[in-house]
This record gives sequence, structure tokens and C-alpha cells, in this order.
Amino acid sequence: MGTFRNSRRDLLSAMALAPLVGAAACKKKNNGIVIGAYLSMTGGEAEFGTSTRNGLQIGIEEINGRGGLLGQQIRLVVEDTRGDSTEAASAVTRLIDREGAAVIIGEVASSLSLSGGRVAQRRRVPMVSPSSTNEDVTRVGDYIFRVCFIDPFQGAVMARFAKELQVNGAAVQKVAIFRDEASAYSTGLARAFRETFTRLGGEIVEESSYRKGDTHFSAQLSGMLAKGPQAVFVPGYYTEVALIAREARAAGFTGPFLGGDGWDAPALFRNDDNKLVGSYFSEGFAPDHPTTPVGQRFVQQFSQKYRTEANGLAALGYDALVVAADAIRRANSADGTAIRNALAATRNVEGATGRISIDNERNAVKGAVILEVREDSFRFHRAIEAT
Amino acid sequence: MSSKALGANVPSRPVPLSKRLTPAFLLAAAAWPVFKILSGAAESPTRFLSQLVEGVSLGGVYALIALGYTMVYGVLGLINFAHSDVFMLGAFAGIFGAMLFGPQASGLLPFVGTMLLSMFVCAALGVTIERLAYRPVRNAPKLTPLVTAIGVSILLQNLAVLKFGSTPRSFPSLITSQAIRLGPVTTNLVKVIDLGAAIGLMVLLTLLVQRTRVGKAMRAISTNLDAARLMGVATDRVIAMTFALGSMLAGAGGILFALDQPRVEPLMGVQPGLKAFVAAVLGGIGNIPGAMIGGLVIGLVEQLSAAYVSSSFAPAIVFSILVAVLLVRPQGLLGRVTKEKV
Repeated sequence: MGTFRNSRRDLLSAMALAPLVGAAACKKKNNGIVIGAYLSMTGGEAEFGTSTRNGLQIGIEEINGRGGLLGQQIRLVVEDTRGDSTEAASAVTRLIDREGAAVIIGEVASSLSLSGGRVAQRRRVPMVSPSSTNEDVTRVGDYIFRVCFIDPFQGAVMARFAKELQVNGAAVQKVAIFRDEASAYSTGLARAFRETFTRLGGEIVEESSYRKGDTHFSAQLSGMLAKGPQAVFVPGYYTEVALIAREARAAGFTGPFLGGDGWDAPALFRNDDNKLVGSYFSEGFAPDHPTTPVGQRFVQQFSQKYRTEANGLAALGYDALVVAADAIRRANSADGTAIRNALAATRNVEGATGRISIDNERNAVKGAVILEVREDSFRFHRAIEAT
Repeated sequence: MSSKALGANVPSRPVPLSKRLTPAFLLAAAAWPVFKILSGAAESPTRFLSQLVEGVSLGGVYALIALGYTMVYGVLGLINFAHSDVFMLGAFAGIFGAMLFGPQASGLLPFVGTMLLSMFVCAALGVTIERLAYRPVRNAPKLTPLVTAIGVSILLQNLAVLKFGSTPRSFPSLITSQAIRLGPVTTNLVKVIDLGAAIGLMVLLTLLVQRTRVGKAMRAISTNLDAARLMGVATDRVIAMTFALGSMLAGAGGILFALDQPRVEPLMGVQPGLKAFVAAVLGGIGNIPGAMIGGLVIGLVEQLSAAYVSSSFAPAIVFSILVAVLLVRPQGLLGRVTKEKV
């Protein structure tokens, strides 16, 4: 069925792209430095793409307002990946070949960054992922960077938080894990959580799995809830998380859900029956608790421009752009290798989520925050230092 | 002259060993999942019962969709691939229909109202598709309508992408999802309502097909289209009626499915549509009770394998059942062996 479904999608994309081909031919002559972003603008993770693009857009305007880079304006080109890893690879190819992007920014979902990153690495165009947290993303090659923390850290943070959590006056001891087995992000985060939680003396009573796009979880949930977990760790993306919470509540589960930055989309609480109130997840940024002046300014500009509150994905999108722009400025060139070397030497760049330095493994060293899901927003709960 | 009709005159050969071994092999392959399910059931009978209820409820929805495939196949010999997309549009119609009852509509009246509205929209859509896409190619070689059906399916999906976008929408909670107890069994209210509505619609359909003139005409066409026309059946009108009925059931199925799994998007029909098609083939395509039984079997197998074997393995088990049944009974569970009409 996979191929059948894809062929339908390809037909659709061919139809949608036909009018763009003509326009693309003239685009290349247009001067200016191109920042190519590949993001999920449609599909089950569309909110990730939208938030990130909005964050990027604020950065672009800010830099152009200050006269651009290397004496030229910078231009953002966004390609839609539709949440599909094959599509992510071709989006990066398009950004490099058709748009001549100097730097690639993307993706949010780790599986998609892995697939797009391979193309960027092969073509020697530096890529900065704003919010892909799976360890393996930057291991694709020496042209791949990120401005967020990684899952071994994030999973450990949530495991430690879970161990300290009180549910109905009792310390949490029994947790179940429900992961998306087709997602590198979800399986990696689940592994990190399990390791730390069991090392701290907690018990994982059940670990089961679903697949992105699933809409029916009651079968797995019934077995899981029968084991009596006090909390359920769901390291997935928001679309499925909302449905999982709904079915788990209908099955009588009253405890909190725990998750990672894949939860960070307004859709999670905008849903008319929010079953996640009182649950917690980890992020790199809390909009109601920015730690730097840049962060405060970003939150303000974002809500002015988009009439909605910024989130971690938007802030990390902005930071990816700030880090890339800083590297282009120091490289004093739009050449891929020069920018890569400058990116690798990034130290103490002021971003919305904090000071960003890139380590030897091309990851950013960052702390985390825990956010709580409320009726109508996510609220800062506590900050956790980088280890 | 078809090859099947020719084959009827060939003297029967001894059954080859491979064919005799097939059932034994199938039984061996089924042993593991069956063992897992039974041991799970022994461990917690109440959980098993609630899984049964949920499986039957899911199966009821598959059966509603399967009926549309089987009815159209019954009268035209056409596999209407666009049926799963009518189902999808039924769910979208439900989203907009529910808005008529207010933004937070919930309860029996909005539920029934939305369902009727969606059934009406789908019936109109089904009749339109039949009139514009299938009737012009009705007398063409069999492959032509089939390819047309695939074309209509792709068209509907892409129209939905253009109109609604491919970002999943959440379906309004017309029925509040909540745990209820039926004796010792805990289940979800939505599943019980889904099951009740599906059974009600199937009873109505059976009455319509067995007790009314239109039903009699449908059965006549299904036996022989040309003979029915010669006997004065208004075939065009009855075929349109068949499409209307099948699409209504798909629309109702769309609402019931989205109530339980409230994620509505343009490709949402593909998987349930495929499973319902499997259900129709399993029960014997063209056979109405067969589609109902097929749907229930597929729903149960899916739910129980997801609960006791492995959720990622469930679709594989569902489709293996199809292969297994067709190896042993190529005509499906309730299907009759018919000579190819020439």
C-alpha cells in the first residue's frame, strides 16, 4: 500500500509544482544569500513547520533590517516535506540545486533530518537543524549541526523529573512507555528515559508501540494500563499524543502523561477536549520564562507579528538562523566549506533560547525546561541546567 | 467465452500435494497468534471481553464500508475504488455538519443530525460519481471502469487536499468519549454507540434489499443486468439507487469512524477502505451478509492482534487471513461459485 499511496502523492506534487518550475528558472538570477529551509508545512506535523518558519522569518527581517549579510540581503526559501522522509531528501536537493541555498535549515522531526542531512552532507552544504534531538542527526557528517539539546540529555531530564513527581500523594515508581516505533526521535528518547529511570530505581511496567499516522490505540493501551502505571511516557509528536491521551482517558487512566519537545504545538491544547491538562514535557525554551534579553525581545516580536505566543520550535528556528548568519559573517563568504568551518567554531552566540556554543560533535550545549500543559497554554514549570 | 467456462468441461485432475498441504500450513502459521490471544484471554477475561466489544465495534464500521463495495460489485461487477474517498468526504461533511449544531455540539440530536446530513451529502456524491464517471463507461471492457474508479479516487483525494489541506483535523466530540461499564466489562461509550448505529443501519439495509421493490430490482440486476432490463426494471435508476445507498453507508461509516478515531484528513480513507474491501472479498464479494460477516471478522482480528500479538503486526495478520481464506475458499466465506457471465 505504501507505494500506491506514494504514487498518488507524487502525482499531486507533480500537479502542484508544474506552475512553479517556470518561476524557479528566473529565481536563480535573483541576487542575495539564500537560506533554504525544509519543513513540514502540511500533514501531521504541520504546526512544527509553521512555528519554525515564523521564527525564521523574524530572524530574516531582523538581519535584513541591519543591512543583511556580506552586503547582500538574505532570502528565506521554504520547501514542504509533508512529514515524509523521502520528500525531505528531495526538498534539500531542490533547495541546493534550484535555489542555490548557502545554508540549509531543517528539519524538526529527526527521521526527516537524517534523510535530508545525508543529501546536504553529500553536497557539502552546511545544515543546521533547529530542533532535531536524536543523537544520530549530527553524526550523519561534519556538515550537520544543531542548536538544540540531544535526546540522551532530554530523556534523562524527564526520567529524573518523573522520579521526583508525586501523583495522588505517592512518589512515581511505575511508568509505562508508549513510543512511535517508526520514529528515530521517539525510540531514542524512549531508550534514554528507560535507562535513567531504571538506574534511579524506578520500574518500567510496560513498553509498547504505535506508528505515526495510527488513529487507534485502545488495544495497546488496555494492556499497558492493566499493569497499573502511575504515569505514561509518550515520546511522540503532538498529533498522535492528543489521540493517545484521549483514548487513555476514556479507558480510565487519570495520571499524568510525560513527553518531550515533540509535544510543543498549540494543537495539543487547542483541541476542544484537552485530555493532557496536568501533564509535563521537556523543551529548550519556555515563552513565559525567557532567560536572555534576546529571548525576551523575540517573544515580544513574535506575539506582535503573529498574534500568538512563540514556542520552543519558533525560538529554535530563530536561533538556527542567528547561528547560521553569525557563521556566514565570520566566514565572510557564502562558500559551503568556509561556512561549515565557521559554524564549527561557534562560541557564545546570543540566541532566543540562551547562549549557544557548538561542541566537537556539532551539537549545542543547552539546558532544558519542563513545561506544564494547562487548559489554554503551556506554562514554565522548572529549569534544568545542562550536564 | 471465458476460460472458467471452458475449464468446467475438463475432467477433474487429482488434487496436487501443494494444495492439500495448504490448510495444514495455514493452521501451523495461525497457531502462534491464536495462542497469544488465548493466553491473554485466560490471564484477564474482562480485558478480553472489552477487547471483543471494541473489535466488534470496529468491525461494524468496516462492515458498513464493505457493504458499499459489495453492493456496487453485485450490480455492476465493478470495484469502486472511490468508495473509500466517499467515506473520507463523509467525515469531512460531518465536521461541517456538526458546526450547524453549534461549536461544542454534543448529544443525541447533533449526532443523528450530523449523521443524516453526511449520509445525504455522500448519497448525492455517489450518484454524481456514478452518473459522470461510471455510466459512460458501463459497457466498455471491464478494465476501463476499474481504471476510471482509481482515477476518481485520486481526484477526490487531491480535491480534498486542495480544499481542506492535508493537515489532520480533529473531529468534534458529538458523543463524549468516556468509560462505561456493561456488567463486568469496561468499554468506551463511543464504541457502543458505533456498534449500535452500525447494526441498526445494517438491519435497515437488509429490510430494504429483501422486502422492497427497489431491493428486489437490485437483486434482479445482480443476477442478470440485461434480463432485468428486459423484464422492465429501470436499470439506470436502480443502479443510481445502489450507489446512493452504498455511499450513504460510507458516509455513516465516516462519521462513526471519526467519532472513535477523531483524526480527519484527505488520506484517512485509504487504510479503512482497504480493510473494508478485504472484508467484502473475505465474505464473498457481491454478497451482502458476507460483507457484514467479513467486516466483523476483520475488525475483531485487527483489535485482538493489536492487543495480544503486536500492533505493528496487526495489519499483516488481517491481510494474511484474506490470503488464507481465499486459498481455501476462493469465492469467499458466503460467496457462491458462479460461472463467468458471457
